[in-house]
Amino acid sequence: MSEVHLELTDVGIEFPTPKGPFRALEKVDLKIKQGEFISLIGHSGCGKSTVLNIVAGLYEATEGGVLLDGREVNEPGPERAVVFQNHSLLPWLTAYENVELAVDQVFKRSKTASEKKEWIEHNLKLVHMDHAMHKRPDEISGGMKQRVGIARALAMQPKIMLMDEPFGALDALTRAHLQDSLMEIQKELNNTVIMITHDVDEAVLLSDRIVMMTNGPAASIGEILSVDLPQPRDRLALADDPTYNHYRSEVLRFLYEKQRKVNH
Amino acid sequence: MNPLKWSLVEPFYKLLIGEDRKGQINNITKMIGLPIAGLVVFLLIWQGASSNIHTSLGQFPGPVQTYEQFISLQEEAEASALKEEKFYERQAERNAQRVEKDPGYVPTIRDYTGPPTFFEQIGRSLVTVMSGFFLASIIAIPIGIVIGLSANAYAAVNPLIQIFKPVSPLAWLPLVTMVVSAVYVTDDPAFDKAFLNSMFTVLLCCLWPTIINTAAGVATVTQDLKNVSQVLRLSWWTHVRKIVLPCSIPMMFTGLRISLGIAWMVLIAAEMLAQNPGLGKFVWDEFQNGSSNSLGRIMVAVIMIGIVGFILDRGMLILQKAVSWDKSVTLR
Repeated sequence: MSEVHLELTDVGIEFPTPKGPFRALEKVDLKIKQGEFISLIGHSGCGKSTVLNIVAGLYEATEGGVLLDGREVNEPGPERAVVFQNHSLLPWLTAYENVELAVDQVFKRSKTASEKKEWIEHNLKLVHMDHAMHKRPDEISGGMKQRVGIARALAMQPKIMLMDEPFGALDALTRAHLQDSLMEIQKELNNTVIMITHDVDEAVLLSDRIVMMTNGPAASIGEILSVDLPQPRDRLALADDPTYNHYRSEVLRFLYEKQRKVNH
Repeated sequence: MNPLKWSLVEPFYKLLIGEDRKGQINNITKMIGLPIAGLVVFLLIWQGASSNIHTSLGQFPGPVQTYEQFISLQEEAEASALKEEKFYERQAERNAQRVEKDPGYVPTIRDYTGPPTFFEQIGRSLVTVMSGFFLASIIAIPIGIVIGLSANAYAAVNPLIQIFKPVSPLAWLPLVTMVVSAVYVTDDPAFDKAFLNSMFTVLLCCLWPTIINTAAGVATVTQDLKNVSQVLRLSWWTHVRKIVLPCSIPMMFTGLRISLGIAWMVLIAAEMLAQNPGLGKFVWDEFQNGSSNSLGRIMVAVIMIGIVGFILDRGMLILQKAVSWDKSVTLR
């Protein structure tokens, strides 16, 4: 692992509301290395998405800032590709065309038409969607839509991939399939990933480090847990693994003892 | 598209191959039987009512008299076509004779100038309405997109739209007439002034639904899609072309369909007052003519206006279905 890739320094944000400013985040400090898989976990409303949106450049931090490879992040861009929770595919385009929109934009001049086509198909193959690439979002299942969303993000060849509860809206079986796919892709590409989740198993299974956030308002990072399990990970083998269960209970303890949500 | 699956064909086909006979007979009754029953009841009421209405131009035309007038209009059109043919024949003959006598003579071809027939009037009306509607759409769609994208532009323009939307075409027409005659001054006019008057009146009346619905369609672009556009750093123009336009197309076409309906209604009134050849002028001329056939002929025009309007609306519906990506919405 190399030096720091993405750096959040003292990030805080305030949103203006009719009742005065609302402080969502305070003093978020995080350093991420190239190829690391980071999960952000916390109760809903704790500002996980806000952190991700600041890294994406969709929100601007009120104080502090984000550096990616030493350069300040102040607007959205394809080098920080986002996989949105509800896939956000354009409903009038096929899977192929959705990825094409991204590829055309990112590799406008650097790839020829045939290279682009190859690259689009390659990415759809990576998420196992090559059999349905000419179908439109309303013709495929929720899991398949999310696969296309991931393919679109991968096709941007991002420096860092930001995933906002990518599997949150899916049923357990589909989610497991997609997690396996993601691990497989991660092994091949070694991307840097920040993923928001509120699924403890998902966090432990996929992450190198789990960032646990305190409850809002003025949420911050509570604890960071390094997950020292060998790759590749197998969900069945890990189910009875004492180390795995130890990590799992660490996260659960943080969420349900230290940061118990009082007002639900 | 399998023609056997067409809603008009399928029940007959199924009846033929003996699939769910009872259900098919039910379907056919609903699809064809009931509309015919409605039509028959309407014709009976029309006949009964008309025989009791006596106007200064004679009895109000019933279905039979109206049909007779339709036939007579058709005969007149045929006679006029024959006359036109004869006119050109005679002209060609005369010219040939003159060229024979004097080889240096270059014949001038004169156009036939008979009065337009009923069916030609329908054609003129369609040309006028489509020109007005087309121009209005070219103006309204970009305005709709701009005010849909910017809440500030919307706030600035919305009161104007709300004020101008309900204005009757009859109020616009005198203004349009005066402006056209003041501004459109040429020695060799490419367009008739009456045509321009009716077209611009149509345009002014059918701008608004397209603007409003296009703006509403643009507002359906979700924050998610805007985020995608931002992450991809799409330029303003690409954002409009690739995301905003396709997203707003279903609503835009709803607006266009309403606009075309209004355009057709407005056109008839405009043609009456502007004396632009078309169905409106036909109705007005028959009214002024005041013969015993006039009311029957106006009735033919009324039905024709309805049928053409219906066909225009169906045409827009087909277009709307073809361009709508959201197949979950049933359009009717």
